[in-house]
Amino acid sequence: MTPSTTAATRPDSAAAWRTASGRVHSWDLSTGVDGPGTRFVAFLAGCPLRCLYCHNPDTWRRRDGAPTTAGELVNRAARYARFIGRSGGGFTASGGEPLLQSRFTEALMTGARSLGLHTALDTSGFLGARATDTLLDHTDLVLLDIKSWEPQLYRTLTGVPLEPTLAFARRLAQRGTAVRVRFVVVPGLTDDPDNVAGVAAFAAGLGNVERVDTLPFHRLGADKYERLDTTFPLKDVEPPDKALMDRVRAQFTAAGLTVT
Amino acid sequence: MTVTPAEITTTPPAWRGFQGGRWREHVDVADFVATNVRPYEGDAGFLTGPTERTTALWQQLVALFPEERRRGVYDVDPHTPASITAHAPGYLDRDRELIVGLQTDAPLRRAIMPFGGLRMVQAGLEAYGYQLDPLVEKIFTSYRKTHNDGVFDAYTPQILAARKAGIITGLPDAYGRGRIIGDYRRPALYGVDFLIEAKRQEKASLDDAPSTLDVIRDREELAEQIRALGELKEMAAGYGFDLSGPARTAREAVQWLYFAYLAAAKEQNGAAMSLGRTATFLDVFLERDLAEGRITETEAQELVDDLVIKLRIIRYLRTPEYDQLFSGDPTWVTESLGGMGADGRTLVTRTSFRYLQTLYNLGPAPEPNLTVLWSPALPEGFKRFCAQVSLDTSAIQYENDDLLRPDYGCDTAIACCVSAMRVGKNMQFFGARVNLAKALLYALNGGRDEMSGAQVAPATAPYAGDVLDYDTVRAAYDRTLDWLAATYVDALNIIHAMHDKYAYERIEMALHDYPVRRFLACGIAGLSVVADSLSAIRYAIVRPVRDETGLIVDYRVEGDFPTYGNDDDRVDQIAVELVESFMAKVRRYPAYRDAIHTQSVLTITSNVVYGKHTGNTPDGRRAGEPFAPGANPMNGRDRHGMVAAALSVAKLPFDSARDGISLTNTVTPAGLGATRDERITNLVGILDGYTDAGGFHMNVNVLDRATLEDAMAHPERYPQLTVRVSGYAVNFVRLTPEQQRDVVSRTFHEST
Repeated sequence: MTPSTTAATRPDSAAAWRTASGRVHSWDLSTGVDGPGTRFVAFLAGCPLRCLYCHNPDTWRRRDGAPTTAGELVNRAARYARFIGRSGGGFTASGGEPLLQSRFTEALMTGARSLGLHTALDTSGFLGARATDTLLDHTDLVLLDIKSWEPQLYRTLTGVPLEPTLAFARRLAQRGTAVRVRFVVVPGLTDDPDNVAGVAAFAAGLGNVERVDTLPFHRLGADKYERLDTTFPLKDVEPPDKALMDRVRAQFTAAGLTVT
Repeated sequence: MTVTPAEITTTPPAWRGFQGGRWREHVDVADFVATNVRPYEGDAGFLTGPTERTTALWQQLVALFPEERRRGVYDVDPHTPASITAHAPGYLDRDRELIVGLQTDAPLRRAIMPFGGLRMVQAGLEAYGYQLDPLVEKIFTSYRKTHNDGVFDAYTPQILAARKAGIITGLPDAYGRGRIIGDYRRPALYGVDFLIEAKRQEKASLDDAPSTLDVIRDREELAEQIRALGELKEMAAGYGFDLSGPARTAREAVQWLYFAYLAAAKEQNGAAMSLGRTATFLDVFLERDLAEGRITETEAQELVDDLVIKLRIIRYLRTPEYDQLFSGDPTWVTESLGGMGADGRTLVTRTSFRYLQTLYNLGPAPEPNLTVLWSPALPEGFKRFCAQVSLDTSAIQYENDDLLRPDYGCDTAIACCVSAMRVGKNMQFFGARVNLAKALLYALNGGRDEMSGAQVAPATAPYAGDVLDYDTVRAAYDRTLDWLAATYVDALNIIHAMHDKYAYERIEMALHDYPVRRFLACGIAGLSVVADSLSAIRYAIVRPVRDETGLIVDYRVEGDFPTYGNDDDRVDQIAVELVESFMAKVRRYPAYRDAIHTQSVLTITSNVVYGKHTGNTPDGRRAGEPFAPGANPMNGRDRHGMVAAALSVAKLPFDSARDGISLTNTVTPAGLGATRDERITNLVGILDGYTDAGGFHMNVNVLDRATLEDAMAHPERYPQLTVRVSGYAVNFVRLTPEQQRDVVSRTFHEST
C-alpha cells in the first residue's frame, strides 16, 4: 500500500495528543460492524461492566492490554487512511470500555481526526461523564449500547447502574452528536416487550438517534471464557430465533426509529 | 424467440451501422470494440428474468446432473478421437435451442483426446468403466506418438525425481496445457474466409525467409491453422450454418462466436479453456438488433442465457486423480467482464450485466468462470451489481484492471484464474508450480526429501546446528531455489516443445495474430508457509528435531513471531523478497521459443494436495496440513481482519508475478454490514480500496459457516452451492470431504 502524503493525512508530530498513553487490547480492520464502512478499530483494554453476554471477556482487565501511545496507534491507522478514504469508513475507539481511558481516547480521536478520518466511539455510556467536550468534539458518531431499560435488569446484566448511560445519551442529544443505539437481544433476559419498548421510547425521544442496531445474542465468545478459565454465564442460552428478532425490530420501528 | 422466414430472407449487410476504419482492413477486434462500444452507466433495472423456454431447456440438463455426479461422467465416446469435425452434430433440444453445437453428438457425452496422452485417456476410461476402442489404442501406440510420449522421451532423471517427489507438480505433461484463448470473436466479425486470407498473407510473409528450423515450424503451424479454419466452417455447416462471411445479426454473432469456441473445445483438452472477453463485443450486435427492433431485451437475455448454458456443459474426460487435485471437474471457461477503455470510458455495457444475470436466470454455477476486471473508475451501477451478485452467489472473481491496462492494454482477458493475455496476441506456456515449502525443507536436509528420505536435489551438507540461524538457512534455501528454478524451466521447455509438436492448438492459434507473444508461466505454491517459517526462524527460536537417520522431521518453536497476513512488514517483506528472488532465478534460464518468463502465486486447489505431501514446517504447520490457497495467509494466522490480510497480499509485487497473485476471501454476510444495501456498499468499498492498494485478484465468498456445514451433511439440498476456491469456482458438493473441510476451516471473517 502506498502511504498517502497529502496534508490531511500527515500527522503533526508536534501534536500533544501523540504522547498520551494507554492500554490497548488489539486493533482490527473491520467492515460493517463497528460503524459505517471499513474501519480501523482500536480495542482498548479494561471495562467496568461485566455483562453476562460479553463476547470479549479478554478485554475486561486494563492491565492485560499492551502499553501504547496514541501516536503509535494513530500511525498504524494512518497506514489505512488511504484505503479507508477509498472504501468509505473511519476510525472507531472500542473496547473494553474506551471511556475507562478517556484521556487516551480523546487523544486517539484527535489523532484520527487529524488524518481526516470519520470517528466513532463505541461505548456503554456508563462512564459518559468522563468524556470531555473535546473528546466529543472530535467524535462524529457514538455507538451507544443501551443494554436494558429496566434499571434492576440492567444491573443484573452488567453489574452497574443504568442511569449514567441515560444521562450520557441525553448529553449527546443536547450536543447534537449522532448516535446509533445498539441493543443486544438475549432470549429470556432483554427480550421482554416492556423492556424493549422502554429502550425504544427513550431512543426515539432523543432526536439524534440515526438508527438502532438490534444484535442477536450469540455464543461465539464462549471459547474465550474457556481460555480464561471462567464460565460463560449464558452458555446454555440459545440465540434468538428470527421471529423474536423480527418482533424486537418491529418494536423499534413502531417507535419511529430506523432499525437494522 | 421467434425468427420468421421473412426475417431470414431479408438479412441485412453484416457491418451496417458500425463505426471506425482500421478494423475493416485488418483483423483487429480490439479496435472494433473501442470504436463501437456503447458504455452503460446505469443500474441493473433493465434486466429480465428467464423465459419459460430458457428454464425448460436448462432443466432438461439439470435433470442429467445427478446421474453425472453419481457416476463421475454421464457418458463417453471411447471410439472417436476428438477433432473439430470428428463428431456428428449434437443437440440438447433442437426445438428449444437458440444457439446450437455440442462437443460430441450428445449432451454431456465426453470425447477422448489422445493427442495429449493416451495414458490419461485409458485411465479416464477405465475409472468410469469404459473400454478404449482397440483400433484407437493401436493407432496411438503403433503409429502415432503423443505429447505425453514425447515429453517422457526428453525428461532428464533430475526432472523425473523432482516430479515424483512432488516438488514440481501439476505439470501439463500428460494432457493439454490449456490457458490459450483463441479470439473467438473474429469469425463473428469477419467470417472465416477473411481470416483464412489473413493467415495466407501471414504465411506468405515467410516465403522469402531462409528455411531455418523456426521458420519451417512457423510455416507448418500456419498451414495447420488454415486447415483448422476450414474445419471450423465444415463443422458449422454440419449444423446448417455458413461461417464464410461475418455474422449479420446478434443471434448469428453469438452462434459464430460459440462455434469458434466449440471448435477449440472439440480439439483440445486444455487444463483451462477460457473464453476471453466476449460480452462487450457481443453487446455491439445485441444493441444494434435492439435498436433495429429485431429483438427485445428478453430475447437478448435469452441469447446470452443460451450461450451460457452451452458453456456450462463443456466436459472433458479426465481421471479421478485429476478431478481430486482440481476439486471437481473444472474447465475454466473464464470470461472477463467490465474494465476501462484506453479513452477513459468504461467497457461495461448492458451485456456485461446480462452475463452476470445468468447467475440468477440459471442459478449459480462455477462455469463459465465470470471474472470482473475491476477499477474504482467503473460505473457505480455496475460495481453495485457485481457486489450484489457476489453476495447472492459467491460465483465471481475480481482482477485489478488498473494493474493490467498499462502493460496489457484494454483488450485483455484472463486465462484460467489469474493469467492475463491480450486477446489474440499473447499466449502462454502453462507451467503449473513448484512447492516452495518443500524446497525449504530440502535446503535444511541437504536435498533429501523430508517424507521419503530420498535424495532429490543435489546432495549438500544438511543443517548441522541445534537452533536454526536465519542467515545460514536463507543462504542454503537460496541455493536450493537455484537448483529448483533450473530444473523447473528445463521441464517446462521440454513440455512445451513436445506440446507444440504433438498436440498443437490449431484452431486456437488460428485465432491469434502471427507472430504471437509467448509467456513461460511459472508458479509458486506455499508462499505463506515459507514466509512464516522464515519469520519463525528469524524472530523466534526454532530447534530442528532429527530422526535416527539425521533427517530433520520436525521443529520446536519457542517464542512469538510475526505472521504474514497482518500487514506486518517484518514478515510481509520476506514474502515479497521470496517472490522477487524466485522470479529472478527463473529468468536466468532461457525459455523455449523466447517466451517471456512470468510467475503466478496461485495454487488452484492443489494447496490441499501440496500440504498432504509436505512434512512439518518451521512455522508450526503439521505434516499433511493444507497450505493456504494462492497468496493467502495461513488459516487463522491473519488476526487483524480481512482488509489487513488483503493489504499484506497487495504488497506482493505484480512486476515479479505477472501471471497473477490470487487471494481468496470468505466473509459472512454480517461481516459486511447489517443491511443488504450496506453490504453492497461496503463490498464495493473493499474492492475499490484493495484495487487502489495494488491488490491483483480477489475471490469473494459471502457465506455462513453453518451453510457449508449443512451442505456437507446434506449435499442433496445444495446442488448449485458455488464457492470460490482459488482463481475459479467450484460446486461445493462435488469437493472431496477433505477439501470441504479445508474450505470450512479457512479463516472466516465474521462480525464477532
